[in-house]
Amino acid sequence: MNATEPSLLRRLVGFNLATGIVLAVVGYILGRWLGDQIHGASLDYMSESGEDDVSLALGYFVGLIGFLVGLGFANYPASRLIGRPPSLPRPDAQGIGRYFRLTPDHKVVGMQYFTGIGVFFFVAGLTAMLIRTELLQPGQNIWPPDKYLTLVGTHGTLMMGMMTSSVLGTFGNFIAPLMIGARRSAFPRLESLSFWLLMAAGVILLTNLAFGGFQTGWTGYAPLSEEGVSGIDGYLFFFATVGLSMTLLGFNLVVTIVTMRAPELRWGRLPIFVWGIFTTSATMVLAAPVLTVAMLLVLLDRTAQTTFFYPAAGGSAYLFQNLFWFFGHPEVYLLMLPGAGILLQLLPVFSRKPLWGYRLAVAGMLGISLVSFMVWQHHLFVSGLAADLRPFYILSTELISIPTGFIFICALATIWRGRLRLEVPMLFCLAWIFNFMVGGITGIYNSDAPSDTTAHGSFFVMAHFHYTIMGGLVFTFFAAIYYWLPKMTGLTLNKTLGKVHFWLMFIAFNSTFFPLLIVGFLGMPRRIVTYPERWEFLNAWSSVSSFVLGFSMLVFLANLVYSMFIARIPAPANPWHSTSAEWQTSSPPPLHNFDNDPTIGDPHDYGRAPEPHTPGLQTAAEGG
Amino acid sequence: MSSDKQSQPERHRDLLWFLLIWVVASAVLTPLYIIFVPLPANGNSNDATGQHLDNGVLDAVAIPAVLLVVCFLAYAMVRFRQTGPEIEEGPRVYGHRGLQNVWIVVTSVLVTGLFAFGTWRILAPGAAGSGQGANPLSPASTKGGVSPLPVQVIGQQWQFTYRYPTYGGLETPRLVLPYGRVIEFHVTSLDVIHSFWAYELGVKADANPGVDNVAYVTPTRPGGFDVRCAELCGIWHGYMFARGRVVTRPAFERWIAQQKRFFEPVTHYLPPYSDSYLPPPLRRGG
Repeated sequence: MNATEPSLLRRLVGFNLATGIVLAVVGYILGRWLGDQIHGASLDYMSESGEDDVSLALGYFVGLIGFLVGLGFANYPASRLIGRPPSLPRPDAQGIGRYFRLTPDHKVVGMQYFTGIGVFFFVAGLTAMLIRTELLQPGQNIWPPDKYLTLVGTHGTLMMGMMTSSVLGTFGNFIAPLMIGARRSAFPRLESLSFWLLMAAGVILLTNLAFGGFQTGWTGYAPLSEEGVSGIDGYLFFFATVGLSMTLLGFNLVVTIVTMRAPELRWGRLPIFVWGIFTTSATMVLAAPVLTVAMLLVLLDRTAQTTFFYPAAGGSAYLFQNLFWFFGHPEVYLLMLPGAGILLQLLPVFSRKPLWGYRLAVAGMLGISLVSFMVWQHHLFVSGLAADLRPFYILSTELISIPTGFIFICALATIWRGRLRLEVPMLFCLAWIFNFMVGGITGIYNSDAPSDTTAHGSFFVMAHFHYTIMGGLVFTFFAAIYYWLPKMTGLTLNKTLGKVHFWLMFIAFNSTFFPLLIVGFLGMPRRIVTYPERWEFLNAWSSVSSFVLGFSMLVFLANLVYSMFIARIPAPANPWHSTSAEWQTSSPPPLHNFDNDPTIGDPHDYGRAPEPHTPGLQTAAEGG
Repeated sequence: MSSDKQSQPERHRDLLWFLLIWVVASAVLTPLYIIFVPLPANGNSNDATGQHLDNGVLDAVAIPAVLLVVCFLAYAMVRFRQTGPEIEEGPRVYGHRGLQNVWIVVTSVLVTGLFAFGTWRILAPGAAGSGQGANPLSPASTKGGVSPLPVQVIGQQWQFTYRYPTYGGLETPRLVLPYGRVIEFHVTSLDVIHSFWAYELGVKADANPGVDNVAYVTPTRPGGFDVRCAELCGIWHGYMFARGRVVTRPAFERWIAQQKRFFEPVTHYLPPYSDSYLPPPLRRGG
């Protein structure tokens, strides 16, 4: 039964998702049993409350190990340990089965991310609908407070944890290696591991519903998170696992981009999308481990009775806030940078002009990822922690708008005097410019400590980060889907449904979140289940708009199902007349990406034949 | 240039038209926005009034900036759109040093200006009503030698209570303040992190267990104000609100005397007044 000649039996019952799920359940039961043995010995209070965090945490942990073993992640190290030739997964395996196991093909992992994150995106979107339904009217309507807060927390946690990897996991894994002319990624097993960890984490998070939910919101501030019911263990385990997944994902992409570029592809010619992926991944590798550590420390407080965050026992509640936002603020730029990369990659294609100010755009991305590590305490302006440092954090936070401004001027100047083709991906990109402008500007109200006194913790802040994340990430994510899905699947997405989707989504999005900026200024705090009648009009308006926003997602889903499974119109070889390398191979690309070595030219090379030198205008050599 | 269909004057005309549209739109819409779109409450305290000014200044910067992008996108989408089946290529422009430098200078100046303004406001006496921790960098100015009135705000799941240390350590679930006098809030918590938000007064300060978080306000007219918890603190967070009152000084003295009488039987059971209270860790609070 060796790897080169698999029998039919081995193909069916080998290391795949089904085995993984079975071993996960076995591992979970084993872990619960182990935990029960420990609990009986020392922790009396748990038997009174009927909640056993030790047992649950061990259940999650052993279950996760079982899941990964079942998928085959232990095969390689185990073979090495016992001195046998390693049983590598066969890279030439085709068919639907390859999507349900450990795979070394970055394109399969990209599609796995697209599908897996898509499922959780819709689950999280559904929770948003349920939240807005509750807020349709004042008073407590459909959810008791604990269920409502669980919905709020699940929505925020799933979106933050999952969507950070959306662009990186899908298009970073699938497209970036193609763009740099690589035939595989640097660490294929780590790449696959990052995906399956993320999926396991998502399921673990949803199990919180079976253990009383979690009422801490996505921020999970200690000591609240240490007092709460057992559902919080699912939240903690989710973020710890997601942090690990994000680290591996970023690590693989950084190394791929550094080491596996085609020989002629110098840094100065790297496609701007790859720069976006690179800066995001590097930031992620530095930020995400802090999240994992913070979550595991809370888990230790809850299980092993440590006191990192108990003020009465010498711990500090500020410590958790610091750790969380040290990850949490780079995190929001992890959501924004890939969007900027997509934007600047796509605008030249649809404006038929070269990217304006390539070096400025790269400087902007590098600047954002650097400064993003220095701003985190602007989340703590009213917390009483290190109030003397507020001027510094005002400065660092507002400084970040300078590199962000670089991206804006590059985007706007690329459009100017172009020949704009308003295809669906272009519409989503133009929407980014508007949405992120509003998101960025409302961020100034939060970065300015005096005005943040009111904005902090209110609906204003909530609407602000939905403008940056949904307006900044999700819109470009859709742009990338409409742009690159024909490359990934070889099939065309329906244009009319795409435009309906765009306009519904754009209008409903702004109509949902703009009123919430105002309602925050009127004094409505975040995460409240009920509110006074004087805020009813704006909330009802926002709720109804949010239902339209939800409906626009169904239009997208319909488009996806129709185009991929019913119409199945083959995509042209280069539907957008792009010059970048990923369009030089077939759609979908062959197993090893390129049949012939691709010629990597200027990836933003659009426009008419070069003009004679004009004073003040940079040439291609200077500008890119 | 030779292959570009637009001549130099035509190109400048585009730029001028766009700038004209933007200037007109900003001149018309910015005041309208500031007038008609609500800002946080104004006039009830020095902090609220100050924040109103801050938000107004930010609006005056933000609206033209957003309009710049809106006008730009609208102009470009109308003027530069191509719809034909044949792909028409645009001019090959890779950048423009001058514009790039102007942009960097303008954004840097704007950012520096906003930073200077924000810093000036947060370092002003009272620090715009936000919690400053145990050792305030910017205490409120006390003109005329009247000492501030200390009021301790104690967050607990799911209510704020208030202690008046200068009135015998009285603790009451109601917040009443005299106007015209500097109030020195000492915000702390008994369990998890809460955030004391007196909306109309423009005060917000996190209530951390074991921490004394000081915030200042001077109420400037009598009236009611909302007190809400602005940090998620457990399942009844959404119900953690109350009304406070700002009253005249004689009315305040009468109210304090009445509260003292009312709570007299229990006040002596309270722990002595302290900057913070650290009860033993609570393992399962909900």
